[in-house]
Amino acid sequence: MSQLQLKDLYSGFRDPKTIKTLSQQIKQEALKLNDRLNIMEVCGGHTHAIMKYGLPQLLPQSINFIHGPGCPVCIMPKERIDQAIALAQMPDSILLTLGDMIQVPGSQSSLADMRALGKEVRPLYTPLDALKIAKENPDKKVIFFAIGFETTTPMTAALIQTCIKQNIPNLFFHINHVLVPPAIEAIMEDGKADIDAFIGPSHVSVISGAKIYADIPNTYQTPVVVTGFEPVDILEGILMIVRQKVNKQSKLEIQYSRAVTLEGNVKAQKLIQKYMQAREHFRWRGMGDIAHSALELKSDYAHLDAEKLFADCLPHEAIDDHKLCICGSILKGLAKPQDCSVFGTACKPETPLGSCMVSSEGACSAYYRYAGVMA
Amino acid sequence: MKTVQLSHGGGGQASNTLIHELFYKHFHNDILIKAEDAAVLQVDKDIAFTTDSFTVTPLFFKGGDIGRLAIAGTVNDLAMMGSKPLYLSASFIIEEGFSLDDLEKIVISMAQELKVSGTKIVCGDTKVVPRGSVDKLFINTAGIGAIQQKNISAMNISEGDTIIVSRDIGCHEATLLMTREELEVSAHLQSDCHTLWPAIEALIKAKLPIKAMRDATRGGLAAVLNEWAISSEVCIEIDESKVPICDEVQGICEIFGFNALEFANEGTFILAIKENSAQEALEILRKFDFCKEATVIGKATQKRPQKVIVNSEYGSSRFLDLPKGELLPRIC
Repeated sequence: MSQLQLKDLYSGFRDPKTIKTLSQQIKQEALKLNDRLNIMEVCGGHTHAIMKYGLPQLLPQSINFIHGPGCPVCIMPKERIDQAIALAQMPDSILLTLGDMIQVPGSQSSLADMRALGKEVRPLYTPLDALKIAKENPDKKVIFFAIGFETTTPMTAALIQTCIKQNIPNLFFHINHVLVPPAIEAIMEDGKADIDAFIGPSHVSVISGAKIYADIPNTYQTPVVVTGFEPVDILEGILMIVRQKVNKQSKLEIQYSRAVTLEGNVKAQKLIQKYMQAREHFRWRGMGDIAHSALELKSDYAHLDAEKLFADCLPHEAIDDHKLCICGSILKGLAKPQDCSVFGTACKPETPLGSCMVSSEGACSAYYRYAGVMA
Repeated sequence: MKTVQLSHGGGGQASNTLIHELFYKHFHNDILIKAEDAAVLQVDKDIAFTTDSFTVTPLFFKGGDIGRLAIAGTVNDLAMMGSKPLYLSASFIIEEGFSLDDLEKIVISMAQELKVSGTKIVCGDTKVVPRGSVDKLFINTAGIGAIQQKNISAMNISEGDTIIVSRDIGCHEATLLMTREELEVSAHLQSDCHTLWPAIEALIKAKLPIKAMRDATRGGLAAVLNEWAISSEVCIEIDESKVPICDEVQGICEIFGFNALEFANEGTFILAIKENSAQEALEILRKFDFCKEATVIGKATQKRPQKVIVNSEYGSSRFLDLPKGELLPRIC
């Protein structure tokens, strides 16, 4: 028997023939739609994949993507970035975080600026690397600036569990984990966005299970199809949405069934519940305060909580985006990157005014990098 | 363990010992051992001149080491301008306490790599700095070469020219990532680090109408193609499915959310050539082991001047932008 290769896991989901066939099927089905179909892909990973694979070029014009708030870097308000910077500036501290968080500007500077000034700021490949760094630097305060939606939260919880088990005294946590369902509800309750259906996040749903979207189809009459990240996945998910719309249905479906169940990863959910609880409110960049939309450490673990331990150092003043930046409207699905007057001119990946341009998962960055070939 | 001491850079007896018993021993040639303040050289053709500094973690990796990189890198830059690499300088900035055995391994590796192109190190310098001032060892090499074919330039590409890549891409960066992150993805994956001159020499001898050549080091294919599109004011369109990427490199990209088109290479180059000579160029390149997977990946057009477009097999297109600069893994 031949060994399973990594490419076996994805190549079928990028197969050109399958992609072309799905594209044709969607075009056929979409002829039966009366109106334009506005689909919000909640997750930044989907935004990126849709643009990278050029999927809008394969779809009928009646299908319109609205880019959602599911990019953990994009929704981080400047005051939280300022807190990360303040933690990095404390004497004898090492600040750890994930991915392009280090490049996003706060009110004055970014974590990358701090690193250039000699502060210890390190992007991690996996949160568990924090253990090694804490052990290697026993005389330093090692702080993990934890970010991400439901997907990355279990890794933080596992790190906390190991930190406690191994009795590591110098590892602390600044928790910025956010939740998908409250954000969707905030957008829909606001009533301004014209959204007919949702592509449900892939990896978030692996952890939380598709059950977290159970109320959405009924409440807002919007189909939700939890979809994988590959082009075949996304197109199949869109076909499922179109068929629901044609049949005037509104239900929760799972396209990404090779990884997502209704229940999700119960073990991971329990681990999160052990250490974290919902915050009363969290201010999302561009979207404002959303109740119970983020997590914090439970009070039993206050001795690990950088927000409490180093409260004296942390700024709390809410800071809004540059007045020309429309990231808020983009995150709420009210505008597209090209609607912004500074898109691609004053605001570029190397000099971003707003967070959607900084993160590679941000809608503006995805448009700037990939879009416009057909223009 | 014998280590490099500050005294080895002090200009006295210890320095002398290091220079004679290490550098002269392995880099030996008539010009170098004259030990003058400057090497005196005679070149009867137009010359190309370049310099590059080498810092890499780890210093030793599968398929190479910092020494091999320092020679191949500068020699390749000369070759890419159609010049035969002749003479190099080599400067070492060494952190106090660095292993003398490791330094010798690196110097031997450099000496071996010089043989591939017949290039000589004719002058050099050694500095030893206190611990913490540099990360173990930095090497700078500068080099000159004699131009064999003129008018090879990033500004020369015109509509219709064929774009060829010399082998599968991304192996160097993927190997370093694998080593740094202690990922056991594959036992086979190794850096592409290689002196390219023999293949370039064969292309030049065949008198092919080469428009531009560039080794796709930092920033990878994405950087080179963008630089070319801008300099030559053409659009470069590549077929995504034709870009050779091995399973191991693609696998690492899948895991971390990277794009192999942005991965650094150290023995992979891109060639722009007139369409009617592309096949002959491929045949010549494929005779060399380090280019045996050479293949056409695209062409220059006028679709969107100064932009690079990636066309998918299923009929969609996207821009390929210059890489951002720091490879950061995706968050989720």
